[in-house]
Amino acid sequence: MTISSETHTALPATTTPVILENVQKIFPGKQNWIDRRLKRSTLGFIALEGINLQIQSNTFVSIIGPSGCGKSTLLNIVAGLSLPTSGSVFINGEPIRGPGPDRGIVFQNYALMPWMTVSDNIRFAVETVHPRMPLSNQRKLVQRYINLVGLDGAERKHPHELSGGMKQRVGLARALVIDPQILLMDEPFGALDALTRSYLQDEIQRIWQEELKTVIMITHSIEEALLLSDQIVMMSRGPAARIVSILDVPFPRPRHRDELDQYPHYHSLKAEMEHHLVQEARAVEESRI
Amino acid sequence: MAVSSKSNLSSESVSWYQDQNLQATLIFITSLVVILGIWELGARLGFFAELMPTASATLVALWGWISNPFYDYGPNDKGIGWQLVVSLRRVILGFTISSLIAIPLGVYIGLSKVLSKAIDPYVQLLKPVSPLAWLPLGLGLLKNSEATALFVIAITSLWPTLINTKFGVSNVDPNYLDVARSLGASRWRIVWKVVLPSAAPNIIAGLRISIGIAWLVIVAAEMLIGGTGIGYFVWNEWNNLSITSIITAIVVVGMVGIVLDRFFAFWQDLVSFGRKV
Repeated sequence: MTISSETHTALPATTTPVILENVQKIFPGKQNWIDRRLKRSTLGFIALEGINLQIQSNTFVSIIGPSGCGKSTLLNIVAGLSLPTSGSVFINGEPIRGPGPDRGIVFQNYALMPWMTVSDNIRFAVETVHPRMPLSNQRKLVQRYINLVGLDGAERKHPHELSGGMKQRVGLARALVIDPQILLMDEPFGALDALTRSYLQDEIQRIWQEELKTVIMITHSIEEALLLSDQIVMMSRGPAARIVSILDVPFPRPRHRDELDQYPHYHSLKAEMEHHLVQEARAVEESRI
Repeated sequence: MAVSSKSNLSSESVSWYQDQNLQATLIFITSLVVILGIWELGARLGFFAELMPTASATLVALWGWISNPFYDYGPNDKGIGWQLVVSLRRVILGFTISSLIAIPLGVYIGLSKVLSKAIDPYVQLLKPVSPLAWLPLGLGLLKNSEATALFVIAITSLWPTLINTKFGVSNVDPNYLDVARSLGASRWRIVWKVVLPSAAPNIIAGLRISIGIAWLVIVAAEMLIGGTGIGYFVWNEWNNLSITSIITAIVVVGMVGIVLDRFFAFWQDLVSFGRKV
């Protein structure tokens, strides 16, 4: 695309905070000396191939695709936790060098430190990003985000005393407290029961409208993607997973799950996604036989 | 049954004899009485060796030692309390030396896969060596019995802490590391704030095994080194042919071992926060 020529001006950088150009990720196989001698060397595994994606400012983007297609790998590359084998990733027009506080991450399994209380878990993020901030300010900031995610009263609890839904609220508060421009969520509600899940989806929508972030969320759920996203990125199965198509979800906000199917495009979008996912899943199963 | 209580939804009513803790306690007490009874009878009827004292005489001696632990009638006649103090001091010193080596080394090794593999042969080779094998080496090199005791305790109690620390450090949940890395935490901060607290239950599990080994080793070491201490006490009482005193020492050593173990178990609970080790 022509975006790279615009990166020198200030404005386009803020309107297109995430740009992926021809990103490829290969996990190296066993190629060392001993493995070659023992004839057990393996080829590298091509996880992602030719990924081009531009994400506009303050949009909510979902990535959906069959299991093992490299969605998490893609998110880790944007997070800076994993480097692409080739291709480039730009965050605000700057090529990515590693993880940074401009991106907050919500993990599927919460990744809360068990030895820290709820507020210590959140304060760990503040303290890491702003080591010189006075303690009283840190505490105020932490309290603000505890209120935002509705965890008042649980500040001094440890993660093992919380339910899954509460843990993910802490995970969300920890990601948001550093005020990142981009929020990355890796199947944030995947491990939750259906009721907690829908409740947290509504919470995410509310918080997203209050805080205005660019969000990239990985999901397995078609309904979840349709409820929350502005755009849905559909990926093909791995290896060498690519982006098949990007769907726009034009429903007005705030959205309510019980009215969602009233919108004109709902059923056609859902059918298109279902068709794609079923087809990919079938191909994955067949390739295993 | 005569117990006709109103059906209570909040607490299932269980007859007193179904309480498992009570059952276990009863079995323990009964078996203890049976063992002491066989011992008493056997000793009185001369079933055992000549030296074997009766259970009652042993209990009287045990009470004699425990009721007056801190007397001092010269180098060969000290209360069992003094012996324990001397032994505990040695164990704690030797254990501290070993922990001060094992924990930092374990952390350092655990952070690097290459170092882990490189150090592993030493650990595997030296870990199973009996404490008694180290004793002559210590005496020969250090030429000092006190230093040798500490050396033997330190070198035998080193391995569990080292191995557990290494294991805990190299098995930190990668998600915790991702959290810290994604926030841009320095390596130093990651080690202090994430790796060490995450490995703490493993480290303390290692310390718990180590203190057990240190306490196990002290008796053997002191028997050979002499002076004071519970190990020398056992040897001295053997020379006096006082079997009651030896049995007393065995019981007391066991009880101190329980206290040491409980202390570390408590500490382990304190840093686990719901995690299982």
